[in-house]
Amino acid sequence: MKRHFLSTRLWHWINLVCIIILFMSGLNISNAHRYLYWGQWGFSPDQAWLAVPRFPGWATIPDYYSLSSARDWHILAAWPFALGLLFMWLAMLINRHFWRDLKTSRKEWRARAIWSDIVQHLKLNFDHGPGKYNFLQKAAYGLVLGVLLPGMIFSGLAISPGFESAAPWLVDIFGGRQSARSIHFIFAWGIFAFFVVHIVLVLLSGPIGHIRDMITGGEA
Amino acid sequence: MKRRAIIAGIGAVFVSACSKVADSKVGSSLLSAAEDWHRMAHRALSNRTALVREYAKSDISPVFRGNGSVTVDTDDYRKQVADGFANWRLEVGGMVAHPMSLSLENLRKLPQRKQITRHDCVEGWSAIGEWTGPQLSTILDAAGVSKDANFIVFRCADTLSGNKYYESVDLVDAMHPQTIIAHQLNGESLPIKNGAPLRMRIEKQLGYKHAKYLIAIEAVASLDDVGLGQGGYWEDHHGYQWYAGI
Repeated sequence: MKRHFLSTRLWHWINLVCIIILFMSGLNISNAHRYLYWGQWGFSPDQAWLAVPRFPGWATIPDYYSLSSARDWHILAAWPFALGLLFMWLAMLINRHFWRDLKTSRKEWRARAIWSDIVQHLKLNFDHGPGKYNFLQKAAYGLVLGVLLPGMIFSGLAISPGFESAAPWLVDIFGGRQSARSIHFIFAWGIFAFFVVHIVLVLLSGPIGHIRDMITGGEA
Repeated sequence: MKRRAIIAGIGAVFVSACSKVADSKVGSSLLSAAEDWHRMAHRALSNRTALVREYAKSDISPVFRGNGSVTVDTDDYRKQVADGFANWRLEVGGMVAHPMSLSLENLRKLPQRKQITRHDCVEGWSAIGEWTGPQLSTILDAAGVSKDANFIVFRCADTLSGNKYYESVDLVDAMHPQTIIAHQLNGESLPIKNGAPLRMRIEKQLGYKHAKYLIAIEAVASLDDVGLGQGGYWEDHHGYQWYAGI
């Protein structure tokens, strides 16, 4: 097992704190208007594609309904989150973590190879060959690092009326401001789903060693 | 059940840690500084006069939701409504060379801007409407804003939870080409719920900045002595961000 780079470890833990703050303050913001729409506009329940349940205080920051304080936290944590992700991508490309560990080969995309990976996962057999990560891990990390996390930043920017004049096309890419808001919400739950699976798999495959390695880097 | 209690417990510890941070001096100044970083980033990334998206007539939403104050609960306002706002005045004052008192007729005679724009509420919803009115910059140029003025304050006739509504922006947003004093929505006089007879359109910021039932525009050097000093009703009484471009 290769060591985790210092950049990876630093980003991992800073990002964890950012994600928790952004997610929980985001749930508080969601409580302000619990309806999601597609397109440019939407303002009443009959136009909504989803009525979101109200999130309880223990799941939100702050732990009572306050749109203004939740926005304070959301707006603050967005900075280390976005700059951290940019830093992590640059670091991964420069220190070869991306090319060596995350990039998939065409061979790995074969149905039979993917199926055997799934079977091994379900058998809770986490031993894998010479590569650091198996295909499912690469796919999951790729989806999170390449789609969900940057997607949160871009859909967040597309919701911002002050940013719009800098890149009006960004709103169009999402198909309108309310679509961007819906995608922001869906991606947030995608990240939550990754978080749950990630924690479960760490718990099943030797949590102490994993957490230690993510702090110290692990043995060479 | 036990596991849920543990998760809720961890959540509660984290949240209470967050409220400790928010209550501390460093924490709260960090939380309010972040808003300024966004403003500076937005200003750095786009030209000061860059326009927000304008839509086609077919994009206009079937209704334009009224939110916050949806009328002004005074006898004077009811009388103004009955009179078709014939006696409504918009005072332009503060740090200007030529204070003015404008009627709706005066405002309608100025060069008009029509814009179909999207209104984004801080709560998350959006509506699209066509607004008509003179640019604020036309009026500020005519009034001659002092070099020492830094903000434009918008005074309103309405009261929310017992407090007078007001708002403010800096001169960048005040002079923006799409910042207009709207007297029409979708080709008709402003409906009461949308701020009749006059409301601001500050298109690069969220809805609570778009002061309705507008009675006065004031140039000031500092917001400290206006209201409770935070720059607006929502800022003063509910802790909302003064820069609402996010």
